[in-house]
Amino acid sequence: MDVRSQMSMVFHLDKCIGCHTCSIACKNIWTDRKGAEYQWWNNVETKPGTGYPSKWEDQDIYKGGWEKKNGDISLKGAGKLRGLMNIFHNPHLPVIDDYYEPFTYKYLDLIESPAMTDQPTARPVSLITGKPIDIKSGPNWDDDLSGTPDYARKDPNLLKLSPAEQEAMFQLERMAFYYLPRICNHCLNPACVASCPSGAIYKRGEDGIVLINQNVCRAWRMCVTACPYKKSYYNWHTGKSEKCILCYPRLEVGQAPACMHSCVGRIRYLGVMLYDADLIHEAASEDENNLVDRQLDILLDPFDPEVIASAKKNGIADSTIKAAQNSPTYKFVKKWGLALPLHPEFRTLPMLFYVPPLLPVMASLKEVDNKAQSEKMDPIAKNWNDNWLYDTSTEELWGTIEQARFPLKYLASLFSAGDEEKVKHILKKLMAVRIHRRGITVGDIDEAKVKQAMNDTGLTPEAAEEIYYLTSLAKFDDRFVIPASHREQSIEMLDFTGDAKGTTGFGFKETPARGA
Amino acid sequence: MNIFNTFLFVILPYLALAIFFIGTIYRYRNVKFQISSLSSGFLEGKKLFWGSVPFHWGLVFLFFGHLIAFLIPQSVLIWNSHPVRLLVLEVASFAFGLSMLVGLANLIYRRSTNDRIRVVSTWMDYVVEGLLVIQIILGLWIALEYRWGSSWFASSLTPYLWSIFLLEPRMDVVVAMPLVIQLHIIGAYLIVLAFPFSRLMHALVAPLDYIWRPYQRVIWNWNKGKVRSTATKWTIHRPRNN
Repeated sequence: MDVRSQMSMVFHLDKCIGCHTCSIACKNIWTDRKGAEYQWWNNVETKPGTGYPSKWEDQDIYKGGWEKKNGDISLKGAGKLRGLMNIFHNPHLPVIDDYYEPFTYKYLDLIESPAMTDQPTARPVSLITGKPIDIKSGPNWDDDLSGTPDYARKDPNLLKLSPAEQEAMFQLERMAFYYLPRICNHCLNPACVASCPSGAIYKRGEDGIVLINQNVCRAWRMCVTACPYKKSYYNWHTGKSEKCILCYPRLEVGQAPACMHSCVGRIRYLGVMLYDADLIHEAASEDENNLVDRQLDILLDPFDPEVIASAKKNGIADSTIKAAQNSPTYKFVKKWGLALPLHPEFRTLPMLFYVPPLLPVMASLKEVDNKAQSEKMDPIAKNWNDNWLYDTSTEELWGTIEQARFPLKYLASLFSAGDEEKVKHILKKLMAVRIHRRGITVGDIDEAKVKQAMNDTGLTPEAAEEIYYLTSLAKFDDRFVIPASHREQSIEMLDFTGDAKGTTGFGFKETPARGA
Repeated sequence: MNIFNTFLFVILPYLALAIFFIGTIYRYRNVKFQISSLSSGFLEGKKLFWGSVPFHWGLVFLFFGHLIAFLIPQSVLIWNSHPVRLLVLEVASFAFGLSMLVGLANLIYRRSTNDRIRVVSTWMDYVVEGLLVIQIILGLWIALEYRWGSSWFASSLTPYLWSIFLLEPRMDVVVAMPLVIQLHIIGAYLIVLAFPFSRLMHALVAPLDYIWRPYQRVIWNWNKGKVRSTATKWTIHRPRNN
C-alpha cells in the first residue's frame, strides 16, 4: 500500500444556479492576461449543450484521454510514439475557433466620435489581431440554450440516446437544463502529464495538484490534446500551456480556491482524500462498467488504523490525516456514495466528483380551489385568482425520478460511463433525504412512506440528517477542510527559513516575456 | 582577399560557435521561460501541416546526414562505394531538400498572409526564415551542380570542419571550393550564430528523454524520510527535488 493524499473536490449540481461567479473570480485572478483571454480555467456549462471548447466530450474529434486496447491503456491522441511523430504538427490540436476568438469593443469610439446624424457604435475587435471581427462565439455562448438545434441538440452525450428519446427530451413542455461547472480534475492518472514530451507537467506529491512548469514547457502542445476535459490551455502569446492550479498559493495558506470561496450557491466542497497509489494503473485499466467502482475502491478509509499507519510511514502529516477524516468530499463520495466522477470512461481517474442533479420532474396542471389561500393574502399586494396548481406529486414513491424530464441514460452518460442504476440510486438517496426532512419540518408525509424511502436507499435518519446538514447548512469550515501545508518544513530542506519569510505564492523574478 | 577568407572561414566559425555556446547556455540557465517552440498551430492548424511537416522531416534527415558525414565520414564513403547506393543517397537527400524548401515556402506564405500569425511573428522569425531559404536553395544548387556531394563532403570538407574543432584551422580546401559551396558554409555559420537570438533555440531542447521516462511524474516538495531530524545538524547542502 502506497498511501498518498490528494486534494479532491465535490460539486453539488442541485445547488448550482449558473451565475458564473466562480468563472469571474478565477478569470480576475489568473487569466486576465494577453494570450490567456480565451482561457476559462473554471467554466460553467449548460447541459444539454456543446460546452467549451465546442463538443469537448467527443473524443472522436479531440482524441483526449486514455483508451483500453488489448487489456492495457494507452493515450488516445498522444503518447511516446504518436506524440513524437506528430510533434511538428499535432493534427488533433483544437484551434482557437473551437473555443472562441477573444474580443473587446472599441468603446473609445463612443466618446471620441465627432458630432454625427447617427449614433456612434462600438465595433467589436479581436483581442488577437486588433482588427474588427464578426463575433461568432464567446464565453458561455450556449448559456441556457437548452433545446436549440445548434447547441443543446449537438451535445455529444445525446449520441447514446435513441432518436425518439432525444425528441422526447426536447419537447417544449419537457424542456429543461442544468449547469455543469468545470475546473481541472487534478486526476490520479492524468493524461496531460503522460503526454508532455518535455516532462513539464507534474503532480505534486503532497496534495496531488497537477501543475505545468512554465520554465520547462516548450509548447509541444500535446497536453491540450491529451486532456479529455480540455482543461489544459495553450497561451498563444507566451508559447506555454497553462491550466488550473487549484489556487495552490491560496491553499498553502489555508484559504479556499477562489472559485470555491466565491461560490454563491455554495455548491463546492474541498477536502483531502487518501488513496493507494499502487492501484492507480490497475483501476484505470478496468472494464468500462467497473471503472467507477474501482476508482472508488482505491480511495482509502482515513479511519482504518492500517491506512493511518501506512500514511504516516509515507510521511503524510498528522494534520493531513485529520483533514482526511473530516473531509467533506470523503463523506459525499465514499461514506454516502452520493457523488460520481465526470466521464469516468476517459480513464484519467478524475478527483472532482459531482452530485448529479435531481432532474426537474414532469408536472401537471390540476384544477383546485384556491379560494382559501387567496383570502389569506394581503388584499392589496397580492391577488390570487388562479384556480390551478402546478402539481409534481405522484402516487408512487419514486415516481418523480422515473418521470424525470431527461432520460436517466443522459445523466449516466456523463457520470457513470452509462450505468443508469448508479445514477438512479443516488437520485433516490437525494430524494429520500428530502422526504425525511419534509416528514420532520412539514409533517405531511406518512411515516410509513418515510421509512420505506429510507429502507429502499439504505439510509439511516442520522445519515440523512448529516447529508442535510452538509448540503444545506454547512459553514465555510465544513465545506473546505484544508490541512496545513507544512511549508516551513519544505523550506528548511531547501533554504534558510529566514530568507523565505513572506514569500508565499509563486512567480518569476523576471518578467515572463515571450521568447524571440 | 586572404584576410577576407580568414575572416569568413576561420574567425566567423569561432565567433559563431562562441556566441552559440555562451548565448544558448546563458538563455537556458537564466531565461528558461523564453525557450519554447512558440507553436502557432493553435491559431491556424491546417496550413501549418503543409509547411511544418515537410520542412521539419526534411530538416531532420539532412541534419543527421551532414552530422554523420562530419562525425564518421568513413561510413558515408563506404556506403557510397556502390554506385546504386550513392544514387539512392543523393536522390533521397535532394528529395528531402526539396521537401524542406516547399515546407518553408508554405510557412513563410502562411506567416505573411495570416493576420493571426503575423501578430505572433517577430522580425527575427523572418530573418531566420530568410537565412534558411537561402541555405536550402544553395544546398539544392550544390546537389545539382556539383554532384556526389555526400562523397566529396566526407573526404574534403570534413577535414576542414575537424580542423576548426581541433583548434588548428586549415582553410586551404575551402578557399579552393566554388563560390556556391563557400556561401553554403558561411550560411551555416550564420544560422549557428542566430541560435541564441531566435526561436531556433527550440531545436536544442528536443524532448528525446520522453522516450525513456515513465509516463507519470510526481514531484514531492520534500522527502519526508529525509527531513533533518533535530539530532543531525544543519547543512547548507540543498537536496534536489526527487
